[in-house]
Amino acid sequence: MSQSNVNAPAWYTASRVLIPGLLLVALVILAALVSFVWTPFDVTKLNIPAKLQTPNTTHWFGTDHFGRDIFSMIMVGARTSLAVAVLAVGIGLCVGIPLGLTAASMQGSLLDEIIMRGNDLVFAFPALLIAIMITAVFGPGAVNAIIAIGIFNIPVFARLTRGSALSLWQRDFVLAARVSGKGATRISIEHILPNITNLLIVQGTIQFSLGILAEAGLSYVGLGAQPPTPSWGRMLAESQTLITLAPHLALFPGFAIILTVLGLNLTGDGLRDLSDPRIRRR
Amino acid sequence: MLRYILKRALSLVLSLVVASILIFVTIEIVPGDPASYMLGLNAQPDTIENLRRELGLDKTPVARYLSWVGGLVQGDFGTSYTYRTPVADMVADRLMVSLPLALYALLLSTAIAFPVGVLAATRRGSVADWSVMGTTQLGIAIPNFWFALLLVLVFAINLRWFSAGGFPGWEAGFFAGLKALTLPAVALALPQASILSRVMRSSLLDTLDEDYIRTARAKGLSRRQALWRHALRNAMIPVLTILGLQFSFLLAGAIIIENVFFLPGLGRLVFQAITQRDLIVVESVVMLLVFAVVLITFLVDVAYALVDPRLRQQA
Amino acid sequence: MYHNSTRKTASVVALAMAGLLLSGLVAGTAMARTDITIGMQLEPPNLDPTGGAAAAIDEVVYANIFEGLTRFGPDGSVNPSLAASWTVSDDGLAYTFTLQSGVTFHDGSAFDANDVKFSLDRARGEDSTNAQKALFTGITDVTVEDDTTVIVTLAEPNGNLPFNLAWGDAVIVAEESIADAGTAPVGTGPFQFSRWVQGDRIEIVKYDDYWGTEAKLDKAVFKFISEPTAAFAAMLAGDVDAFPVFPAPENLPIFDANPQFQVVIGSTEGETILSTNNKQPPFDNVKVRQALAHAIDRSAIIDGAMFGYGTPIGTHFAPHNPAYVDLTGNSEYDPEKAKALLAEAGFADGFETTLKLPPPSYARRGGEIIAAQLREVGIKTEISNLEWAQWLEQVFRGKDYGLTIVSHTEPMDIGIYARPDYYFQYDNEALQALMTDLTGQTDEAERMETLKQAQTIISEDYVNGYLFQLAKTGVAAAGIVGLWENSPTQANDLTAVYWQ
Repeated sequence: MSQSNVNAPAWYTASRVLIPGLLLVALVILAALVSFVWTPFDVTKLNIPAKLQTPNTTHWFGTDHFGRDIFSMIMVGARTSLAVAVLAVGIGLCVGIPLGLTAASMQGSLLDEIIMRGNDLVFAFPALLIAIMITAVFGPGAVNAIIAIGIFNIPVFARLTRGSALSLWQRDFVLAARVSGKGATRISIEHILPNITNLLIVQGTIQFSLGILAEAGLSYVGLGAQPPTPSWGRMLAESQTLITLAPHLALFPGFAIILTVLGLNLTGDGLRDLSDPRIRRR
Repeated sequence: MLRYILKRALSLVLSLVVASILIFVTIEIVPGDPASYMLGLNAQPDTIENLRRELGLDKTPVARYLSWVGGLVQGDFGTSYTYRTPVADMVADRLMVSLPLALYALLLSTAIAFPVGVLAATRRGSVADWSVMGTTQLGIAIPNFWFALLLVLVFAINLRWFSAGGFPGWEAGFFAGLKALTLPAVALALPQASILSRVMRSSLLDTLDEDYIRTARAKGLSRRQALWRHALRNAMIPVLTILGLQFSFLLAGAIIIENVFFLPGLGRLVFQAITQRDLIVVESVVMLLVFAVVLITFLVDVAYALVDPRLRQQA
Repeated sequence: MYHNSTRKTASVVALAMAGLLLSGLVAGTAMARTDITIGMQLEPPNLDPTGGAAAAIDEVVYANIFEGLTRFGPDGSVNPSLAASWTVSDDGLAYTFTLQSGVTFHDGSAFDANDVKFSLDRARGEDSTNAQKALFTGITDVTVEDDTTVIVTLAEPNGNLPFNLAWGDAVIVAEESIADAGTAPVGTGPFQFSRWVQGDRIEIVKYDDYWGTEAKLDKAVFKFISEPTAAFAAMLAGDVDAFPVFPAPENLPIFDANPQFQVVIGSTEGETILSTNNKQPPFDNVKVRQALAHAIDRSAIIDGAMFGYGTPIGTHFAPHNPAYVDLTGNSEYDPEKAKALLAEAGFADGFETTLKLPPPSYARRGGEIIAAQLREVGIKTEISNLEWAQWLEQVFRGKDYGLTIVSHTEPMDIGIYARPDYYFQYDNEALQALMTDLTGQTDEAERMETLKQAQTIISEDYVNGYLFQLAKTGVAAAGIVGLWENSPTQANDLTAVYWQ
C-alpha cells in the first residue's frame, strides 16, 4: 500500500477515467443530437450506382450496399442505440426501485419474499431467448427491443435498491425518523432513496452500456429497430456477407458500438470512484 | 435449518410452476401455427386440420399445458412437431456441443483472467496494471459477434487455420471437435475473460487490504507470500460467483455465436424452433434452462446458509 | 401440360475452363474423389416429402432417396421414373402406368404396384397431410392391375397428371417404412439414407442394388449453413464442395475470379413480385396499382438487392418458358407518370401503407429499395420484417397487409390468379374463365395462346408489381460435373454428379 495516489484527492484518480469516458459519451450524444438537424447525406435516400465505396472525401466512412453514406447512418444510428438503451434503463429504474424499496421496508414479509423470488425467476430466464420470444409475439421493432431489455433491468435495480436500503434501515437517522412517526413509504422516499442515488447512477451507467450492447445484439439478429431507421447492429448484420468485399462496412458500426460502450463503462467507473473513494482503485 | 431448507424448496417449486405457466402462456400467444408453417403456401385447409390433429394441437390450451407439465414431471419432454423426434434426444445431442463449448470458453477465460488479474493486482499502478485495465475495458466493450466475425475473416478465410464453422461431431475425434469449437470459444471467452480479470484484480486488492493480510505481512511474510498463502484463496469467492453466472450465461447465451459459426448447439435449436413454431421444443428447452438456474441458485443459497447461519435472515 | 424443350442457359460462367484444366492435371496423379459435401441454407425439418412443404426436404431426398412414377429432368421436362411408360385412354380419364421391374426399397423389400396404390391413396386420402394435396384432387381411383401395372382413373381429363406426379410430394413410399420416413427415409432411389446429425448435416450413401443407372458418387453430405457469411467462409475454406443455391450473390464475383471455383447462374421457377392486396383500398383502384408499377425501378432492385442476378419480368410467368410474353413495357420506370396517376386516382399527396417482408434477402433488401422508390412518388410505407410463420399468418392467411414481396417458386403457377380468395385477392372473371379453358385444352398451340392471354390480362390489370425472375446462383468447386444448372423444381439430384 505504498502508491502515492492513495492520498491523492478522489476526484483526481476518478478523473483519469471519468474525463475520457465523459468525452466519448458526449461525442456520441452530440452526434445523435446533430443528426436531428443535419447529416452529410440523407440516410433514407438510396443511390445504388454509388454503392460500396471505400472511405473518401465525399463519403468519409464510405457507402453501404445501397449507396447510403455510412457516416450519416452512424450518426442517426447513435440516436437509435441511445434511445433504446436509455428507455430500457428507465424501465429498470422506474419499476425496480419501488420494488426494491418496498421489499426493504417490509423485510421478511411475504411480499418481500415474492419480490425477491420474482427477481430470481427473471434472472433465471435466458435473456436473449426471452427477447427473441417477445419480438416473436409482438413483432420486431425498437419499442419491443426496449421492453425486452428493460424487463431484465428490473431485477438488477430491485436487488441493488433492496440490498443497499436494508443496511440503511439499520442506521440511526432512519431509526430516528421512524421514532418520529414517519411511515415506511415516506422514509423510503425521503431518507433511503437520496442515500442510494449514487449507487443507482453508477449501476445505471453500467446497465446503459449493457443496453447498448444488447440493442446491437438484438438488431444484429434482426429484432431491433426496423428499416429504414438505421441501427448499428443491423448495419453490422447487413455488412456481414460483404465483409471480404467491403470490410469498412463492418468496421465503422463496430467501432461506434465499442466507443460508446467504452465511454459509458469509463464514466461508470469514474463515477463509482467519486462516490465511494474506498473502492476507487477498481 | 430444516425449516429454512423446506421453505426455500417450497419457493423453488412455486417458482418453477410460475415459470412453466409464464413460458406456456407466452408461447401460446406467439402468432403462427406450426402446422401451417410446415405445410406451406399450397396446403389445403383440411390437410392443415389433419396435421393439427396429428400433432395434438386441436386440444384446448389447458389440456395441452397439463399434458406437457405432466410429461415434464416424469422426465418426458414431448416430441418435436417438426423433427418428429423426442425433444429429450434433441436436447441431449445439442448439449454435446453447447456444454463443451461453454466449458471451453470458461476454461479459456479463466486461464487468461487468473494470471492477468494476479499480475495487475500485484503490480498495482504499474504500466502492466494500466495496460491490463485498458485492454480489459476494451474487451468488455467489444460485441462478441463482431469479434467472431473478425476471427472468421482472419483465421478461417485468410489464414485458413480453422474451418469457418460447423461441428464434425465428437466421433470424428476429440481434437477435431475441439478445433471446431476453438474460434467460437475464443469469441465467447474474450469479454468473459475481461470481466473476470477485473473481478479477480479488485477482489485480490480487497483481500490484500484486509486486516489479516496486514497481520500476516507484519509477521514478516512478503507481499507475494501473503498473496499466495492467504489472499488468493479468500479472493476466490466473488470470482467463483461470477464464474457460476458466466457458465449459465454461456450455455444459453451463445445463440448468436452459434449462428455465426453454424454450430448445432442448444441456443440455435431454440432459435430455429421459434421460427418453425416448434412450440414444444421452445417450451421444454426454456423450461430446462430455467430449472437449471433456479436449482443452482437454490443449492448455492442452501450451501451459504449451512456455512453462515446469519445469511438465513437476509437471503 | 408443362412443356419444355429448350432452356436458355443464363450463363455458365468462365474460369470453369481453367478449373477443368487444373483438375485435369491433378486427376493424372490422384484418384477422382467419390464423395461430395453440398451446402444448403436451411435444414429440412424432417425427410418425408409427402408430409411437409419445406423445400429443404426435396433438396435432400428428391431423386436421391425417393422417386415417383415420373420425375423432372434438369431442364424441367417430365420423364419416366418408376413408371417405365404410360398410356392414356381415349377419353383421357384413365392412365395406365407400366412400372419398372426389379426395383427394391433400401430396406430390401420389393417395390410393386401395391406401393404405388398405397402412396397415391395416402396422399389424396381424407387423413392426408400432404402439402400439395391439390395435385391429386382429380384422381377418383387407383387400381392394381398386376405387380407392374397400375391404372389411375380421373374425374375429368387432366393432361397435367404426369407433371403432377413428378413432384416431390408424389414420390412412392412403402407402407412398412412410412412411419419413420421423417427421420429414416426408405425409398427406391440411387442413394440411401445413412445418418442425420441434427443441426449440422445429413449423409447419404450409394445404394448398391439400385435398379437404374447407378450413381457415380459413393457418398454425399448435405451440410446446413444458414448464415450467408458462414456459407461464404465454408465455401472458401473448402468445407463445402458446392452450394447450389448460394445465399449471398454479392460474393459471387469473388468465386468467379478464383479458378478453384465455378459459378453457375441458372433459372428458377421463382417469380419475385410485389404482391398487392387488391381488396384493400387504395389498391382496389387499378390506377393506384398502375402508379405503383411505374414508381418501381426494377433494374435498381435487381442491382441493389440481387447484385445484378435476376431477369426482369412484366407478368407472372417464367421468361425461359416458351409461352412467355415480355410485358415489362407495361410498367416502365416513370415516377412522373406514377405521380400523375396517383393524382388522377385522388391521391395527389400520396398515402400510407404497410410493407411486410418475409426473411429472404430478396425481400428484405428489395423491400428497402422499393420503400425508398415509393417515397419518391409520395407513398409512405411502414416496413415490418416478419418470420415465415408470422408472414403466413398475417399476410397469406390473414390478408392483413398492403404490400409484400415474395417469390412464387412453384412451376407454372399463373393459376393462382384465378383464385379470388388467394392472398392478393384478385377477382377477375375473364381470367378465371381462361384458366378453366386451359385445363380442358390439349392442343399445345392453343394452350400457349391461352397462357399468353392470361399473362397479358394480369399485366395490364397491374395485379401485382412484377419484379424479376429469381436466378439460381450456384457455386461449386471447379472439378464437379453434373449438378443441375437450373431449378425446375427444388432438388439437388446427385445421380449424375462426379469429380473430374
